[in-house]
Amino acid sequence: MIVESTVEIEARAHRMRVEIIKMLNKAGSGHPGGSLSAVEILASLYFGGVMQYNENDPQDPSRDRFILSKGHAAPVLYAALAEVGYIPVEELASLRKLHSRLQGHPDSKKVPGVEVSTGSLGQGLSISAGLALALKLDAEQEQSEPRRVFTLLGDGEIEEGQVWEAAMFAAHYDLDNLVAIVDNNNLQIDGDVRDVAGLIDISAKFKAFGWQTIEVDGNDVSAVLTALKAAVLLEDAPVCIVAHTVKGKGVSFMENQAGWHGKAPNDEQTAQALAELEGVE
Amino acid sequence: MAEMIATRAGYGETLVELMNEGIDVMAVEADLSGSTTTKKLQDADPSRFVNVGIAEQNMIDVAAGLSLAGKVVFTGSFAAFGTGRCYDQIRNTVCYADLDVKIAPTHAGVTVGPDGGSHQMLEDVSLMRGLPGMNVLVPADYWAAKQAIRIAATTPGPFYIRLGRAKVPCVYTKDSRLELGKSYVLKEGADVTLVAGGVEVAQALEAAELLNKDGISAEVIDVFSVKPFDKPTLISSIKKTGCVVTCEEHSTVGGLGSAVADIIGENYPVPLERVGVRDQFGTSGEPDELLAEYGLDANGIVKKAKAAIARK
Repeated sequence: MIVESTVEIEARAHRMRVEIIKMLNKAGSGHPGGSLSAVEILASLYFGGVMQYNENDPQDPSRDRFILSKGHAAPVLYAALAEVGYIPVEELASLRKLHSRLQGHPDSKKVPGVEVSTGSLGQGLSISAGLALALKLDAEQEQSEPRRVFTLLGDGEIEEGQVWEAAMFAAHYDLDNLVAIVDNNNLQIDGDVRDVAGLIDISAKFKAFGWQTIEVDGNDVSAVLTALKAAVLLEDAPVCIVAHTVKGKGVSFMENQAGWHGKAPNDEQTAQALAELEGVE
Repeated sequence: MAEMIATRAGYGETLVELMNEGIDVMAVEADLSGSTTTKKLQDADPSRFVNVGIAEQNMIDVAAGLSLAGKVVFTGSFAAFGTGRCYDQIRNTVCYADLDVKIAPTHAGVTVGPDGGSHQMLEDVSLMRGLPGMNVLVPADYWAAKQAIRIAATTPGPFYIRLGRAKVPCVYTKDSRLELGKSYVLKEGADVTLVAGGVEVAQALEAAELLNKDGISAEVIDVFSVKPFDKPTLISSIKKTGCVVTCEEHSTVGGLGSAVADIIGENYPVPLERVGVRDQFGTSGEPDELLAEYGLDANGIVKKAKAAIARK
């Protein structure tokens, strides 16, 4: 398990952001907006010491699990897995190419560290809840502390009805080893989540389903770390962290622009984005 | 007269047997545990049974999550909802990630009876056999159903097992041992091959007796494993008989009839007639009435057999 300081995690986040831009430019397609919004969340999960795993063995049975329910944010997951060392950084340039392991959406049959394939939205919370239940049952058998499951959902994603089937289930089964994080960047493909489908007050919804909730600035590493540490201490019910984020965070022309949900930067835009990111290094 | 038992009766009790043999089986149910018989596993060990309520999409993905921790997980509900309502979960999670989830809903086909067309699933085999990596078993009777559950539990990867509500005659025995990828010649014959699955196997055997009275010798094959399909058994039979009739309690679009048409079209074309539901929904009625209504009973098979022979 890797435990780093806030400054070190921020440096990781910065490198991940650069790699996201570079890999998407090479790929010529993909999803920058919701990858960039979640950089601090993944960097904090993988390097903040809350989620436990073995950087030398992605299959270590004693690991906590992370499931990227919003599978289109594959670039941020691949960037994190490269930082961990599960995949070589050079391989990131193969994103979305024929015969690459790095599929447009994560494929668990191909990539070490990807717990389950995702891409069709709305499924990760159910999968995470089933996994959290299994880990609790196993821990009861072994009379040990259950391992935890962390999952990241998009705010647009929670328009899927299945998410609320899973929310009811996880609370009913007291899955306090489950932490769901909603990347609340407020934008989906067709616009603002409030305009597209009337999505409001995410915390109240999860609370009404029996969850404990924490609201946090999802692009602030120290705030995310504090929230994660608080979440794993809460007992008796699953925890939802509503992470308020900026879609396209870190690249001025992508920030808060729904148009950058699923479009790769061209060479000129990439140069500008990297120059901006270098500027804040 | 053969003993009459529903295929679903073999489901929950076999899960209990597997548990007692040390296999880490679990069942995820969507509020139909008594009907599907998964309740038997709950009664034997409540920690192995998970009820998600009326939430079939969640059912499949909770099963997927449990399988990620090494459990061998069976899912419940009725075939209409346990495949159709959650097709995307079966496709994009269970099959795409190649998980140990065994989809075994009950109440497939028109023999659901009075509940009517909304509940009579006739497209499940079509949906499931189209999925890469999915194994599809269609047990003909209670004993075959028990074998199917056992095979699924002990073979890695996704399975679909088609189970029914109605009592059907036993064509196998307690000692029968069936295998993945195999069809079984239940009666040898020379003039026509009747290729049947599920409840239609008993109807095909009865049809063979009726045909015999007219001097026609019918071979009856039970396609226990629709996917993978036992091509050699089919092809060697039709080389002998020269024509084939498929018999399925399913739509003729995409099911056993389509699978056989694919295989003989590519390998050994012979006249083909198909007994099945012709691109329509079911309707309320008693199982026997419905088998006759849609031409799925022995008399319906006899007609198609004679038509196939006439085309030789």
